[in-house]
Amino acid sequence: MAAELAIDITKIFPGRAQINAVLSYRLEQATLLVLFGPSGSGKTTVLRSIAGLEWPERGTIRFISRTWLDTRSKIRVSPQERQIGYMPQEYALFPTYTVEGNIAYGLGQLPSADRKKRVEEMIDLFQLRGVETAKPGELSGGQQQRVALARAVAPQPQLLLLDEPLSALDAPMRLQLRGELRSLLKQLALPSMVVTHDWAEALTLGDVIAVMGHGQVLQVGPPQDVFSRPKNAEVAQIVGVETVVQGHVIEQVDGLSTVRVNGATLKGLGSDKIGSPVFVCIRAEDVMLEQAGRGMTSARNHLSGKVSEIIPHGVTVHVKIDCGFPLVAMVTRGAQEELRLECGSSVVAAIKAGAVHLVPRLN
Amino acid sequence: MNWTAIWVTFQLATLTSFALLVLGLPIAYWLTFSKWRWKFLVESVVALPLVLPPTVLGFYILVAIGPHSPVGRFYTEIVGQPLPFTFQGLLLASILYSLPFAVQPFAAAFDQVDRKLIEASWTLGLSKSKTFFKLIVPLSAAGLVTGAVLSFAHTLGEFGVVLMVGGNIEGVTRTVSIDIYDEVQALNYAGAPKTALCLLLISYAVLLLVYAMNRKVLAAWPQN
Repeated sequence: MAAELAIDITKIFPGRAQINAVLSYRLEQATLLVLFGPSGSGKTTVLRSIAGLEWPERGTIRFISRTWLDTRSKIRVSPQERQIGYMPQEYALFPTYTVEGNIAYGLGQLPSADRKKRVEEMIDLFQLRGVETAKPGELSGGQQQRVALARAVAPQPQLLLLDEPLSALDAPMRLQLRGELRSLLKQLALPSMVVTHDWAEALTLGDVIAVMGHGQVLQVGPPQDVFSRPKNAEVAQIVGVETVVQGHVIEQVDGLSTVRVNGATLKGLGSDKIGSPVFVCIRAEDVMLEQAGRGMTSARNHLSGKVSEIIPHGVTVHVKIDCGFPLVAMVTRGAQEELRLECGSSVVAAIKAGAVHLVPRLN
Repeated sequence: MNWTAIWVTFQLATLTSFALLVLGLPIAYWLTFSKWRWKFLVESVVALPLVLPPTVLGFYILVAIGPHSPVGRFYTEIVGQPLPFTFQGLLLASILYSLPFAVQPFAAAFDQVDRKLIEASWTLGLSKSKTFFKLIVPLSAAGLVTGAVLSFAHTLGEFGVVLMVGGNIEGVTRTVSIDIYDEVQALNYAGAPKTALCLLLISYAVLLLVYAMNRKVLAAWPQN
């Protein structure tokens, strides 16, 4: 079942840039839509408006065949009636309730036997056996996140809204749970919307990415598209990673992964399993260009290719190189002249392994 | 010791405390969560008994429920007897006099509840009133007990309002504080000290309970 989500809202906060968000997307059953942008770009406001917790001054919000908000015809559907699952930042678990109590909280309308059954299902699905009677304060960050997710999902919502689901965790936990969260959400087969300001998180989680900046939705598309082909300079600046390509880990030695991308091989830091699919992400400023046939450098990656496009970018230029996959390098105009770079010239791109970011990607 | 006065006082304080739990909760809820810009007008009215001399408050209550006011006449018509100088009149006055002692701790406790929790409850389908009873009340339990206990203790010790509205009728409106005053006025120094000590001890015990609870001494008490 596809679910159409259509938003067109204006929200004014005194003393801040006005939010003018227009977004329309057909969410398939398990689509994960990521609302990505820097802090202050208005993504949380958009999410809260969809949840019914924020009332835009003007506009409409529609989901499937229902109108949740229409300021012109004065339709305002309360959050209680929207049948959504909402997970706020920091989770907002109810401190006076146990894990079971939190999960059962939204199931008041079910007969008690059904409620018990549903809570049991959730406890199994979210691996919360053994902590059923614990209070939220006694749980680890990862467990709290799973309880919050279980609580949101238990009443079988039509749409799941997650606000920065990983930001409350410490860094190592966050890395570990990124992939787990995607497979969990996929397993739930619920259309979901996730807000994040972390590009690696957006790439790991999203089937579709909506980039937000200055209160507006600037571009919507599959992650690779949005990152490699930003619509304009603003989007390019927000995403900040010019090269995003899919690859597979083929070797794993001492925390250094070798990845095969369309015939080229690259080394990057990461400890993903051999065979696992990853997004290879490289910032243009981390790519050095050398003339073909030059000597050794400390960089682990030397990729030879041909220049396919040169795009002026302020005082610098972005050089697109075809080296089995499209790679973007940023060089100064001076360097471009010295290396006599033009379309078709052969060149070697050097990238340090540390600048090759590997983002695990489950399908 | 005048046990009748102690019994009247205890009844009055208990009923006042219960009435304020019923009346004070919606007022405190509204004061905390309303976005009305003139809310401070109501806030100030609720706080008035804190600063007003009890005689002034008592005077106005007396005028309001007296035979010359519509309220007083209406009450007399329904019940068959006037409100001033009865236990019911005294109860009404006590409720008004102790209003801030209940409403302010209630409102402070509600204010401490994280809005994100309330919003989470809404998105889980719980109405505002269900959210109030299932989430806000348990989270503000300490504040609710504080408000109830403080209004109880405050009623125990009221004097001016009682004198104005209740008069001094044995077994009906003569409270402990009036009794002590009477004894001293009658130069009966034998009866007054015992009653005074009794009131002091009860008031101290009640305040101990409130402060211990708010410092979570009881929660941290070793079990067994």
